Amino acid sequence: MIKSFKKNIKGILIEGLTLSSALIIIAIVVVMFTVIVIGGKDQISWEFLTSFPEDGMTKGGIFPAIYGTALLVILMSIAAVPFGTITAIYLTEYAKESSIIAQSIRFAVRTLAVIPSIIYGLFGLGFFIKFVGTQMDNTFLGGQLKWGQPNILWASLTMSLLTLPVVIVSVEEALKTVPKELRAASLALGATKWQTIWKVVIPGSISGIMTGTILAVSRGAGEVAPILFTGVAYYVATLPGSLSDQFMVLGYHIYVMTTQSANIDKTMPIQFGTTLVLLMLTFILNFSAIILRYRIRKKKTD
Amino acid sequence: MAFEKIHTENMVLHYGTKMALNNISISIPEKKVTAFIGPSGCGKSTFLRSLNRMNDLIDGVTIEGKILIDNINIYHKNIDVVTLRKKVGMVFQKSNPFAKSIYENVAYGPRINGVKNKKQLDEIVENALRNAAIWDEVKDRLADSAMGLSGGQQQRLCIARTLAVNPEIVLMDEPASALDPLSTSKIEELIVQLKENYTIVIVTHNMQQAARISDLTAFFYLGELIEFDKTKKIFTNPEKKQTEDYITGRFG
Amino acid sequence: MTKKTKKKKSRPSSSVPIAIGIMDITQRKFRWSDYLAEKIIKGVAFLSIAIIILIFFFVFRESIPIFSSEKTSQATQITDTVQAQETYGEVTDKPVAEDVQETYGEVTDSTATASSTDDSYNVSSGSGVDDNRSALQSLNGKEWYPVSEKPRFGLWPLIIGTFKITIISILFAAPLAIMAALYTASFAGKRLKEIIKPTIEMLAGFPSVVIGFFALMVLATFLQEIFHYSTRLNSFVGGIAMGIAAIPIIFTITEDALTAVPKTFYEASLALGASKWQTAFFVILPAATPGIFAAVLLGIGRVFGETMIALMATGNAAQMGLNPFESVRTLAATIGAEMAEVVFGDTHYNVLFLIGSVLFIFTFIINAIAEFYVKGKLMKRIQGK
Repeated sequence: MIKSFKKNIKGILIEGLTLSSALIIIAIVVVMFTVIVIGGKDQISWEFLTSFPEDGMTKGGIFPAIYGTALLVILMSIAAVPFGTITAIYLTEYAKESSIIAQSIRFAVRTLAVIPSIIYGLFGLGFFIKFVGTQMDNTFLGGQLKWGQPNILWASLTMSLLTLPVVIVSVEEALKTVPKELRAASLALGATKWQTIWKVVIPGSISGIMTGTILAVSRGAGEVAPILFTGVAYYVATLPGSLSDQFMVLGYHIYVMTTQSANIDKTMPIQFGTTLVLLMLTFILNFSAIILRYRIRKKKTD
Repeated sequence: MAFEKIHTENMVLHYGTKMALNNISISIPEKKVTAFIGPSGCGKSTFLRSLNRMNDLIDGVTIEGKILIDNINIYHKNIDVVTLRKKVGMVFQKSNPFAKSIYENVAYGPRINGVKNKKQLDEIVENALRNAAIWDEVKDRLADSAMGLSGGQQQRLCIARTLAVNPEIVLMDEPASALDPLSTSKIEELIVQLKENYTIVIVTHNMQQAARISDLTAFFYLGELIEFDKTKKIFTNPEKKQTEDYITGRFG
Repeated sequence: MTKKTKKKKSRPSSSVPIAIGIMDITQRKFRWSDYLAEKIIKGVAFLSIAIIILIFFFVFRESIPIFSSEKTSQATQITDTVQAQETYGEVTDKPVAEDVQETYGEVTDSTATASSTDDSYNVSSGSGVDDNRSALQSLNGKEWYPVSEKPRFGLWPLIIGTFKITIISILFAAPLAIMAALYTASFAGKRLKEIIKPTIEMLAGFPSVVIGFFALMVLATFLQEIFHYSTRLNSFVGGIAMGIAAIPIIFTITEDALTAVPKTFYEASLALGASKWQTAFFVILPAATPGIFAAVLLGIGRVFGETMIALMATGNAAQMGLNPFESVRTLAATIGAEMAEVVFGDTHYNVLFLIGSVLFIFTFIINAIAEFYVKGKLMKRIQGK
């Protein structure tokens, strides 16, 4: 009797302890969320979202940061989504699972996924700006300095490398949900491999491609380290009009404002407001991706 | 000298080092229904899949011997496999319609072949669906998703899809095994109709089905062709003891 | 596609022009779109390998100049006269004092000899002559003053700072995440699972800037009121914040490892009369240990390279102390804070890239260990040693 009682106590303790851990984590998330919502909700207004900052960031809005973030992720997606999708197609449709090439690519993708984001920034600086950019200047502009410096083109290319693994993994997951039998049916009808991929497999994986894109966009909108020295600026008077311009983003704005702004009291509401906007943006994106992914997984088990 | 529609001589198939088919020599005439029977794992499906080279998709498969269709060795290196598969169609055990509309499923084959004219496509689709004995059931909902059909209807849709490419031979790998008795009998009726215009080869583990619908029957066992003859003979007076044992249910 | 119509007897339909003739089959067709598609797809797929190699190459390339005894042609050279005006402890970004003689564009070895003949130079322990040789030697120092008149690039304060933060964050995050994963995998009902897992995924989606903001604005004050330390932003606050960022990755991989344990283990244990918790604790958890180890490793890797939280919540002071309640500067934060202000080709520039190379190698090794170790040990355990 005592023994089983003791055992029971142990069991209850362990279950209780582990449950508390889970609850603590949930609490942390809820608290973070709530604090930012409460601190920032009063700031959010149509004006805030559509006007430029004024008076040394103590007044006005954050429109250029929103615009810059949007432009950045769009350019980034144009680069990352096609390349990521094609790589995923290669891994699932063309490569033999056990081949060295497939394993190397997968290893490379996994490694890319864990490289710290600041390293991408260094790469962007050392490769895109100082190598490619300078070469471009030397070849096309006779040495005049235009492309050999930070701008939105290099920043979005840098960011696209960061988000490439995300796209690849999501698309691969979706490609795998297309049953082998459909591919067999298509081939048995006299279709070629590429016809099968284009007309059967890809249409069946659109949701996965979308999930990958959404997750990449969410990452691209929130990461700051890769663009710290590849193109972002704290204040630009005009919206970026060409690929060689610098730009503002929400994340960088938050960082600089909170660590280096002269007048903390005046800027604090704006800090919270900007953080709330960024949080909401990534929240909505991630939420949609989760729902999409849930739907994909459900389809797989049907 | 012309052989029958499908003619193999001493065909051997290996999965890696394991022999799956040993010395298969068979002559299958055109426009008849030929059934392959035998216990599971005896190689009948593997042999069927060799006839449209679907085994090419599996790693490590090696084939020796002659396999001729219309007197052409289909394993010759000059053969265009993609075109071959238009001539030799296949219906699978579990129906596998695409996640598209009924119309688009059937139109898939012609579209790949370059048919773009809407009127032509409409005609092909209707004919295929009629030949598959499913036109009346779906003619009013061609734009609906194929996934909304019942199992038996899906299978007939897959048959229509195959017919739309205008093959000469239709291979069927246990087409009714996943279906209820009513759907099964519909499919069996269909097969008997189809032989008027197509050469049918059907793999089945259901002996009664083979006896019902086929003109010729081949009995496979452990990768070898034991006996091949008119269906009536196989089921009433087989030559080989193994055949008799299988027919009478002593094993399998 | 040749469209020949064969004479078909009573084929019940129209003359559908896609009949196949004998000739069609016997000619191997070359299909352009298939060929191109395959070539392009293969080529693009190799991109990911190419990127890794390029990153390796270009990040290392910019740090190599430090190891040569020559100067790069664009860095400036400070001569002996600077020694008299040495200023310790001042980090200024004023230009170098006027009576410094600057020599541009000379790539010679004479700098080395010049400094060694002057015995007022102490080259061995971090004195700051702006040439690569002493920079290389100053790396082993305890002072990080990259922009003072005698720049010193001692990495130790940064390394210690990074380690302090990493240890604190893992001590905070690992137990929480692992136990929460254990609960989710072994005890939680379906409904609770559907609350816990998405929440953690949402946490994973928080940009690190936002977590840093939270730490800076709210967490720092909160913790200071509880623990009553004097410096508001320190490695403790930064560590907790980083831990929050690391929880999702440790949780996810641990949970994967726990659910990957074959169901047969679970069933066998229950069939022997063990309870749910005993099974979870004594059978499932030990079986998943390699995976949990990998999870923690990857959590460490994440924290090691995290930049924004470090920039916002750690106080950014490069110090050597071991007190968790002091401000610190991490390796990643150093790159993030200083790279934008650095002169291209400068020694400072090279040192920052060197730090980047170190970070890259470190996370690469951690990832490799996590992968190979897990694959090896996990497979061995499940299949029997």
